[in-house]
Amino acid sequence: MAQTVALSPTSQRNIISRLWNDKESRSVIIQIITISLVFAFMAYIIHNAVVNLQAIGKGFSYNFLWQPSSYDINQHLIDYNSRSSHFRAMMVGILNTILIAICGIVLASVVGFVLGVLRLSKNWIVNRLAYCYIEYVRNVPVLLHILLVHGLIVHAFPVPRQAISIGDVTFMTNRGIFSPKPLYEPLFLVVIALFLLGLGFMWWFKRYAKKVQDETGQRYPVFWIGLAAIVGLPLVSFFLLGSPITWDVPELKGFNFAGGMVVRPEFIALLLALSLYTSAFIGEIVRAGILGVYYGQTEASYALGINRGRTLSLVVIPQALRIIVPPLTSQYLNLMKNSSLAVAIGYMDIVATIGGISLNQTGREMECMIIVLTLYLVMSLIISMIMNWYNRRIKLVER
Amino acid sequence: MNETVDMSNGDTEKEIVIVIRKMHKWYGQFHVLKDINLNVERGEKIVICGPSGSGKSTLIRCINRLEEHQEGEIIVDGTELTNDLKNVELVRREVGMVFQHFNLFPHLTVLDNCTLAPIWVRKLPREEAESTAMEYLERVKIPDQANKYPGQLSGGQQQRVAIARSLCMKPRVMLFDEPTSALDPEMIKEVLDVMVELATEGMTMLCVTHEMGFAKTVADRVIFMDEGEIIEQNKPQEFFDNPTHERTQLFLSQILNH
Repeated sequence: MAQTVALSPTSQRNIISRLWNDKESRSVIIQIITISLVFAFMAYIIHNAVVNLQAIGKGFSYNFLWQPSSYDINQHLIDYNSRSSHFRAMMVGILNTILIAICGIVLASVVGFVLGVLRLSKNWIVNRLAYCYIEYVRNVPVLLHILLVHGLIVHAFPVPRQAISIGDVTFMTNRGIFSPKPLYEPLFLVVIALFLLGLGFMWWFKRYAKKVQDETGQRYPVFWIGLAAIVGLPLVSFFLLGSPITWDVPELKGFNFAGGMVVRPEFIALLLALSLYTSAFIGEIVRAGILGVYYGQTEASYALGINRGRTLSLVVIPQALRIIVPPLTSQYLNLMKNSSLAVAIGYMDIVATIGGISLNQTGREMECMIIVLTLYLVMSLIISMIMNWYNRRIKLVER
Repeated sequence: MNETVDMSNGDTEKEIVIVIRKMHKWYGQFHVLKDINLNVERGEKIVICGPSGSGKSTLIRCINRLEEHQEGEIIVDGTELTNDLKNVELVRREVGMVFQHFNLFPHLTVLDNCTLAPIWVRKLPREEAESTAMEYLERVKIPDQANKYPGQLSGGQQQRVAIARSLCMKPRVMLFDEPTSALDPEMIKEVLDVMVELATEGMTMLCVTHEMGFAKTVADRVIFMDEGEIIEQNKPQEFFDNPTHERTQLFLSQILNH
């Protein structure tokens, strides 16, 4: 017997109501509306900028980049002087930002991992010290840390004439740390070649050692043999070749040191402040990651007779990494972006060069800010890309 | 208080693998294990039962020192368990353990789970470790899952992998800590089958379990614990038919009559 089916109310509604209540067509409608709004907003912003620029009689051009910058930058990784172009000043700024970001990320990661492990220590004193350090460091704004460290260096370190001398070759002053600069002789190329050879050998030996372990179960002391190949061999050859390096030792001339290499107080202050500040957050992330691995994993590994060190490296850390990596990415991004606070102590990064002095001198605020924004965006995206790739690599296979 | 039936006295030829003498354990103020005395012979199958919180899991976890005891002595295969880490590792190599929640390593494949300890602890060549692992995976009837990850298997399959993982170390004693409690009813049988097979091959086994059917068919001895003490121990037939202690009778009536 056929049963009477109640007439669905759908057919009684009008077409708009039907489209809106259909799951798929509703999502299409929402997307169309969103995209239209975004474009309308952008058109309004651009139109607004164009109208206002016209009103004050300004054009929009990047030609200023090729004019001489006429300002000095105390730390430049590439050749630069006040007759160089604004473009070159920008490149100096980018390199300075990249330098501080890379050094900062490395230092923050190392200190952060150590802090995270210390925080988990069963030793009460160690645990509390790490705890106090983390709570102090992460609860004070990073700008204050930068000013504090910079202030300490500038005021606590002596003037060049009373420099703290380390073996009469390295000098610590309030204008930076001066150290000898190596001048390479041709024979030094042999040492470099041997170092590269050592690296190549290490790469091969690591695979060879794994193969031997797979075949016989025996494990070579890979670390020590690698150390000998990479460090030992070049070192021995260096002395056998009669030390083919001469040093340009800094000397006090007038009120400052001349010659040698210098690490500026601005760089030291920014590096220490940024990386110590970020390391406190990384320490907590690492602690969370290790605690996030179910303790049964450790017990299962112990029960198989695997010792503590190998349990940590073979079982716990590979699983902790998948918890650690996503928030770690955010910390790396924060560190890189926080480096823009460099402007407070006169470290010449992107913001201080193209977004600061160049902008003020040329009056090209629109152009300069677009450059600065784009540069930070590109660098952030590169960091994200690398970290996401790594995160995918260590992801667990689920059902 | 202990109505100990010392099974080892009658037959002196049997080798004793585990000796526990006057052992006590506290969690802070809480006295979890009180004066435990137990000898386990080579090849003996012991089932430990008792109400929850009676200390049965803690007892078998003391045997591979996942828990530390504070008084008395535990000697496994001639090695006494103390703070000596090397001795502890030595004992753990010879004593396999299966956990309630499997505790497989989720970042490694089934095969790598089984070869990890043989490679890093026994220092076996990978090829040899892998062929041993495949042998045991075949015995627990899941060789075809060898290259999958634990997350892709059912509970019963995971527990069978966990058993195979322990066996790959070729242990002399196997400890089972409620191996079927976290499983769906239809998966319990596949795990128990593996355990029964292991028992018939002569493995020395200590099982904390509520599977009374398993106890009846496989165990040489059933131990009943309550409030940290061994209350009663006997051959399964005697234990189930004529429990002597009041608390044993109460416990059996609760789990058997429903």
